[in-house]
Amino acid sequence: MDSLLTESAVSALEAAHPASPWRGFAGDAWRRSVDVRDFILRNVTPYEGDSGFLSGPTERTLALWTTVADLLKQERATKGGVLDADTDVVSTITAHAPGYIDRALEVIVGLQTDKPLKRAIMPFGGWRLVKSGLEAYGFTASPALDAVFPKIRKTHNHGVFDVYTDEMLRCRKSGIITGLPDSYGRGRIIGDYRRLALYGATRLIADKRDQFASLELDRMDESTLRLREEITEQIRALEELVTMAAAYGFDVARPAADAREAVQWTYFAYLAAVKESNGAAMSLGRVSSFLDVYINRDLADGTLNESQAQELIDQFVIKLRMVRFLRTPEYDQLFSGDPTWVTECLGGMALDGRTLVTKSNFRMLNTLHNLGPAPEPNLTVLWSEELPDGFKRFCAETSIKTCSLQYENDDLMRAYWGDDYAIACCVSAMRVGKQMQFFGARANLAKTLLYAINGGRDEITGEQVGPAFAPITGNVLDYDAVVGRFLPMMEWLAKAYMNTLNAIHYMHDKYMYERLEMALHDRDVFRTMACGVAGLSVVADSLSAIKHATVSVIRDERGLAVDYRIEGDYPAFGNNDPRVDGIAVWAVETFMGLLRKQKAYRDAVPTQSVLTITSNVVYGKKTGSTPDGRKAGEPFAPGANPMHGRDRKGAIASMASVAKLPYAHAQDGISYTFTIVPSALGPTHGEQVSNLVGMLDGYAAQGGHHINVNVFDRDTLLRAMDHPELYPQLTIRVSGYAVNFIKLTREQQLDVVSRTFHDRH
Amino acid sequence: MSLGPVSVSAPVRGWVHSVESCGTLDGPGLRYVLFLAGCPLRCLYCHNPDTRHMHDGTPTLAGEVLADIASTAGFLTRGHGGVTLSGGEPLVQPDFCAAILRGCKAMGLHTALDTSGYLGNHADDFLLADTDLVLLDIKAFTERTYRALTGVPLRPTLEFAERLAELGKPVWLRYVLVPGLTDDEREITALAEFAAGLGVVERVDVLPFHKMGEAKWAALALPYQLSATQPPTTEQTDRARGLFRNAGLRAP
Repeated sequence: MDSLLTESAVSALEAAHPASPWRGFAGDAWRRSVDVRDFILRNVTPYEGDSGFLSGPTERTLALWTTVADLLKQERATKGGVLDADTDVVSTITAHAPGYIDRALEVIVGLQTDKPLKRAIMPFGGWRLVKSGLEAYGFTASPALDAVFPKIRKTHNHGVFDVYTDEMLRCRKSGIITGLPDSYGRGRIIGDYRRLALYGATRLIADKRDQFASLELDRMDESTLRLREEITEQIRALEELVTMAAAYGFDVARPAADAREAVQWTYFAYLAAVKESNGAAMSLGRVSSFLDVYINRDLADGTLNESQAQELIDQFVIKLRMVRFLRTPEYDQLFSGDPTWVTECLGGMALDGRTLVTKSNFRMLNTLHNLGPAPEPNLTVLWSEELPDGFKRFCAETSIKTCSLQYENDDLMRAYWGDDYAIACCVSAMRVGKQMQFFGARANLAKTLLYAINGGRDEITGEQVGPAFAPITGNVLDYDAVVGRFLPMMEWLAKAYMNTLNAIHYMHDKYMYERLEMALHDRDVFRTMACGVAGLSVVADSLSAIKHATVSVIRDERGLAVDYRIEGDYPAFGNNDPRVDGIAVWAVETFMGLLRKQKAYRDAVPTQSVLTITSNVVYGKKTGSTPDGRKAGEPFAPGANPMHGRDRKGAIASMASVAKLPYAHAQDGISYTFTIVPSALGPTHGEQVSNLVGMLDGYAAQGGHHINVNVFDRDTLLRAMDHPELYPQLTIRVSGYAVNFIKLTREQQLDVVSRTFHDRH
Repeated sequence: MSLGPVSVSAPVRGWVHSVESCGTLDGPGLRYVLFLAGCPLRCLYCHNPDTRHMHDGTPTLAGEVLADIASTAGFLTRGHGGVTLSGGEPLVQPDFCAAILRGCKAMGLHTALDTSGYLGNHADDFLLADTDLVLLDIKAFTERTYRALTGVPLRPTLEFAERLAELGKPVWLRYVLVPGLTDDEREITALAEFAAGLGVVERVDVLPFHKMGEAKWAALALPYQLSATQPPTTEQTDRARGLFRNAGLRAP
């Protein structure tokens, strides 16, 4: 919308031509400036029906999927789950020759490298990580690259460590801040990949040139010069995208002219991004209702039938399931199961009151039935009470059958982000093409509480990590005294945390700028500094125990509080009990308030998430015993979940507690993972579906933000742990994403098995 | 529509065993199930033997329960559910039940009473006016089987069923199928005919016996007599459902 090219690149005469890419489309504003949202709203066909129209997979799709499934099996069988990796070529948009799985079967083409599941080298985040990644899986980097990195070409990782302060290093080492993107790509930037299909690269480049020209200002200061350099890089990336597509035999300089091209163009744009950036989360956005417009036009023209439409989506999804990055085993500890977060958003409502549910949302869900469950793409339903009932029921049925969906509250987010936002990674909403975030991983609030008790000394190492405030010296913890120490410690953490993130993102922009993704954004984007917290339920329960029970301190010979003895009961988070839920709300609001006081790089607006992904296990490992009774080393609950087994009043009480956490103070998302055994959902299949729909409606109505839904019993997981070969596609939702259960580390598997299963009969 | 004598603000206190905030098996939709302590029956298959004695529960004010219910009402209404009073035998505490049912109706919530019917005469017409649905558990259909199974007579339950029919109160009949104990086809058929004759039975849930409560018996040092009894097969359960269907009842 801030696009500066105002003349229509396609004349009215041309547009009416039967071969024109825009033939038959309605609306005008989107023709004059880059405005995909306007195009969607003018042309979308909301679908209020049920799943009855859907087609199964074509023969060709099944044959292709069989080939891919075999490759996936080979990949799992290799050491570390890496089938093949490049050792010579630094990946760029054009670095690799075209790759195919089986050309005769592929309706949608394009691979990250020249071979399926072969991982590329993307060293600009950090060379050491690439090198150790290769070595961990039995590959050796070319000596030529060793000579270049980092001596000749510095990386993001080196930049960050050139400026880190002692305090930042201490925080990083102790684990009070963990998972920082200082040695890998930050990700969580969604290019508006639809733009390539709608406008073609020529038009997008012309638009970027106009933006560049608009920055010939009287005074060329640092921010202007930076943006001019970035736009120049964006234009180069778009030109390379055209070259890459040409190698596959397609001309993406022009707009897509039919449904197949629209899918192919959108995928090429995404593919270019994942050839160049190995961000932690490389999300797709919200493409299926956009593609639906093209599919509908072809269906109406009689050039496509339902089976072919489904084939396009199935084959697109097969490609998305094959996105891979080279990671290290240490990375896998944090984000287990080789996730890529190819998040695609379905559903949602338009601001004008219509639903944005389309038949292609159904087709996207149908891939889980046609190809079987899978963790990627990370299908995310933007849930509203107003969604059509047929869609709600199909979502619930798909959840019950595949456990592959997550739900996020569109009624809550629409007020903040409009009706063309998408989710990056797990829970981070952003307006597509208009907004990005600086991913900030998370700070360990539970450890911060222990620092408050121990006067800034680490409860495990004894080192003085935080400021040397007076420790608590009494034997019985007093609520007011602990909170009085906790506040300044949180304030210190907020400052140290924000400073660290500023260093990271300054260097990331400098050494690892995501030029292709940003080429598919407007000139001036809204940036958030996406901070996060881990251990929220541990903090809430600890403070509740201190307040409502008697908690005595056990100190070791160093005088450090290392364990706690609890006498009496205390209300635990997850039981819809205001006495403790209020503490959790207070912690979220308070820490957010402290983050808002910090100055963020590039004028980003601070936000926070309550999300751990699978790092709740690592966080727990690095945190001593806590006053809630959790022992040293035991995992935290994931995201905003209540601690395992402490939510004793059933699923709704648990959801109601989580739903109280204020989205206004956690605008980067509040993740809740919910597991229920099938029989506890209702006596018959029809009732199970209705009840799940009711739960999702209720959760949304009470203000809950995100929910992962798993429907299975513990026995299934235990069987899969013993016989992984029998469960190649067993998919479960963990924390904001889905994984193949059998790809989790043993430790992560045990953590999942120990979680609360709502199973009351 | 009912104007019962029990005011919501009256400090009625009851003994609560536990809460399941997301019941899906005790009435339609998503339900807040309040398990009340105390039960005069001694069913051999009881899966909550820890709810037998009222004073083993936690003393709770009706107002506290209603506040808790109110805070999840958004789920209950959207989940096409409501509140179910179960136990134990809720009618051991009729005043407490009446207060909660009244409060739920004031909130516009659907209400269900899960009862054996043995204490049906504790439920006055005001209480029943605030009850939208009765989950009536008729555990057997001859005095002999019923008494052997529960330790109390069957007659009061049947009288309660007939009273519900006169009031036109919707009933979901529940029947626990225990092989060797409650699987006599003639007895089930007779019960089905009786239930159909009431004209108010909307649904019959045949619940296969399970031994998930056995551990609780052991924990309470109570002798569990059904250790050797196996749960019915799917075929046995389906056959029992068929007997109810033959009488024109809905048994999903």
